[in-house]
Amino acid sequence: MGSTQLPAPGLEGMQADRQIVGDEPSTEMVQLLGPDGKLGADPVFSDYAKRLEPEQLRGFYADMAKIRRFDQEATALQRQGELALWVPLTGQEAAQIGSGRATQPQDYIFPTYREHGVALTRNVDLAELLRQFRGITNGGWDPNENNFHLYTLVLAAQTLHAVGYAMGIQRDQKAAQDQGGSKDAGKAAVVAYFGDGASSEGDVHESMVFASSYKAPVVFFCQNNHYAISVPSSVQTRVPLANRAKGYGFPGIRVDGNDVIAVHAVTEWALEHAREGNGPVLIEAYTYRVGAHTTADDPTKYRLKEEETSWRDKDPLERLETYLRAEGLADDDFFAKVKADGDELASYIRRTTLELKAPEIRASFENVYAEAHPLVAEELAWFEEYSAGFEGDEEEEAN
Amino acid sequence: MTVKKFNLPDVGEGLTEAEIVSWKVKPGDTVGINDVLCEIETAKSLVELPSPFAGTVAELLVEEGLTVEVGTPIISVADQPGEVGASAPTPPAPAKAAPPAEGGAAPDQNLPPMYGVLSDGGAQAPSAEASGAASSAPEAGAPAGPLVGSGPKADAVKRRPRKASASGASTAATRPTPDAPVVRSAPSAPVQQAANQTAATTAQPPAAFQVQASQPAAAAAPNGAPGVAGIGGAISGIVSRVLAKPPVRKFARDLGIDLADVVATGAHGEVTREDLVSYQAQREAEVDRADTFWTPARKPQDQRIERIPVKGVRKATAKAMVDSAFTAPHVSIFVDVDASRTMEFVKRLKASRDFEGIKVSPLLILAKAVIWAAARNPSVNASWVENADGKGGAEIQVKHFMNLGIAAATPRGLMVPNIKEAQDLSLKELALALNELATRARAGKTQPAEMQGGTLTITNIGALGIDTGTPIINPGEVAIVAFGTIKQKPWVLDGEVIPRWITTLGGSFDHRVVDGDLSARFMADVAAILEEPALLLD
Repeated sequence: MGSTQLPAPGLEGMQADRQIVGDEPSTEMVQLLGPDGKLGADPVFSDYAKRLEPEQLRGFYADMAKIRRFDQEATALQRQGELALWVPLTGQEAAQIGSGRATQPQDYIFPTYREHGVALTRNVDLAELLRQFRGITNGGWDPNENNFHLYTLVLAAQTLHAVGYAMGIQRDQKAAQDQGGSKDAGKAAVVAYFGDGASSEGDVHESMVFASSYKAPVVFFCQNNHYAISVPSSVQTRVPLANRAKGYGFPGIRVDGNDVIAVHAVTEWALEHAREGNGPVLIEAYTYRVGAHTTADDPTKYRLKEEETSWRDKDPLERLETYLRAEGLADDDFFAKVKADGDELASYIRRTTLELKAPEIRASFENVYAEAHPLVAEELAWFEEYSAGFEGDEEEEAN
Repeated sequence: MTVKKFNLPDVGEGLTEAEIVSWKVKPGDTVGINDVLCEIETAKSLVELPSPFAGTVAELLVEEGLTVEVGTPIISVADQPGEVGASAPTPPAPAKAAPPAEGGAAPDQNLPPMYGVLSDGGAQAPSAEASGAASSAPEAGAPAGPLVGSGPKADAVKRRPRKASASGASTAATRPTPDAPVVRSAPSAPVQQAANQTAATTAQPPAAFQVQASQPAAAAAPNGAPGVAGIGGAISGIVSRVLAKPPVRKFARDLGIDLADVVATGAHGEVTREDLVSYQAQREAEVDRADTFWTPARKPQDQRIERIPVKGVRKATAKAMVDSAFTAPHVSIFVDVDASRTMEFVKRLKASRDFEGIKVSPLLILAKAVIWAAARNPSVNASWVENADGKGGAEIQVKHFMNLGIAAATPRGLMVPNIKEAQDLSLKELALALNELATRARAGKTQPAEMQGGTLTITNIGALGIDTGTPIINPGEVAIVAFGTIKQKPWVLDGEVIPRWITTLGGSFDHRVVDGDLSARFMADVAAILEEPALLLD
């Protein structure tokens, strides 16, 4: 098995945890921008917030508005029969944009199937994103282009992939340094997105055990949107999900997931922590799925209108708009432009989606091995012969 | 100008049909992309369908209230090139997105929808489709156009035919008879007769609205014949499972119909909803002819006993009653009351302009009396809570508010919705609340929330002409008042027998909370108001 890297003893993680979250079993939540749009203070994270330029803040708003508009258009496309399924994100914009914008290009992201906002921050073409939901391909984009992995539909499986990837980064880094590279060579971190529902899966436990043992540079980003389809998160856990990190020996932070500034600050801190070799961090972004689990779900069957309304009052976009206007950082023109951009995006998405073509089936053979492989060649030859046995045009069938 | 049709999409995962609940547009209306067209109800939820087209509504192709299969055209929209083009740059996105006509959107001839079952073979399908072409739809279709109203291709059984080798099977195959592979149990004479009627009835009414995709015509077309005829025949002896979509299966189960008894007219011998409907109609006709309720003794004994599964409201009611009757020791007391003045009062209220259009009944006065009396005897408006402190200690929780429950017979069974914060309502407001509650209950629209949190209940058994009874307390409460019928009876007043309007009040109380003297005082207070409603002014 060669040389196995054993984790160093010590409880640095625990100390960091105490420093951040405090001794008590904590329900404290990091919040900088409250629902009223006023900026509060935090001993650790205010410093991160101060670094944000006005341009970045406006960017956060524009991103959130854009992705919400995209979400609406995709939902409509599903209702028009153009997508087989859609997974709405409305309500979780701040958690996704804030965390996504905190990543750096060399970081690698493992999303669930709802991280449309993160995809936006990683420059994935949102129309490409819809290919999977239109049912014409299993993927949709090249994950290596933006270090944004394909959507994982198997609940929580991506947390294991993420830890494995992070352990790979550790090894690459060591190799680079062994070859005389600088101390910072190859520094990168991985973000594993998952939800409160997935937190009940064994995969999450296993990945956290490994990540902690190997001090892997991974940030576990849990969007607690309060529902595992219809099961409320209060049924999934008796303590704040962030507290679970303690049991694994690394810091856990609950952050207001509807506060884009706090999410950005906490994620930036966690990524630095991971990149510097201090091991994993669990972030619980406390948010709410305002819409349905998917377009095949009807949330009115398992929750009350009052609850939804109370969360609409905590809307991530409204509070940032209030703040930007109050501080004189954005004016009517800005918001009008954001809206126009959103509509333009929606129109682009609609046009492109209707034109999406099923990929050539032969492309599937190309991605089995990195290099040419005799077995694949043999199977492709068989396929060619088989498909030649039919009448008519293959292209038509593909559609 | 071109007319586009919007086919009913699958808005869930693998749904096969939906009901058009209501249209939000009408012919002639101008719609933009994503404007709401209609509301549909699927097996999963109620959803609104946004318009995929911009233009003018040409025709609604499906009536409200009809259930149609996924893929059925439901609305046609005509685009107006001039107008759409002009409006494109200005208004918000929806309109900008409009010109799908010029973009990749395929020519608008009637693309055959991409489903296993072709909708409505007759009406407006291209002529090529008449015969075997149906099985190779792509040939008839336009070049690689966008999917129209796709969703997952749930039942994509269309395959290109194999070249030479399989030709015999693919083209010439004709299914022996439409029903042969389906009705596994040999049909007896009456069933056969039903079959004929089925065919007759399905053919007629839906023509206008293109209801089910699977009409006899579609079934007759050897759609997908190659596989099904051969294989179906081969395995029919082994597998006796009848083909039907899940909603149809459920429908059959609800109606208590064995699918194997139904003559199928759908593609591949599938039983359709229409088949079921006509089978049910036939069955009902037979039942009507059946003589009486009593089953003759010559029938086997077990066929003379009807078995009704206990579920839903019946089950909930049974549980609540057992819980209440066997945990709360009930004490029931009764009192006869001269309600003549109440009757007069009700009569005056009815005539008063303030109560015009509002239904007023003695129940209103009783409700007011119960609220009044409860305030004077608060322990009747309470709960007994076991293990309230978590250590096994019980607690009596007296409610300083009145959520007044009214037992109501509804289409779904017995319900006890309550009027929240009834103590704050004026007589008129209480009358309105009672009416609203009764209307909703009768319509079967009572929501679970309306039945929660009750503090005291009235059951109006008098409505059925009953004098009195010993009601069972609604679980979670400690008192219930039964209001008997009010009728004229001989009554002794000042030593003389005279006719008066008399009623009997019954009450049951949880003796753990309410002792004899308290229940008596409470009932006496209620009775006092019925005897003299003017005391309410007190």
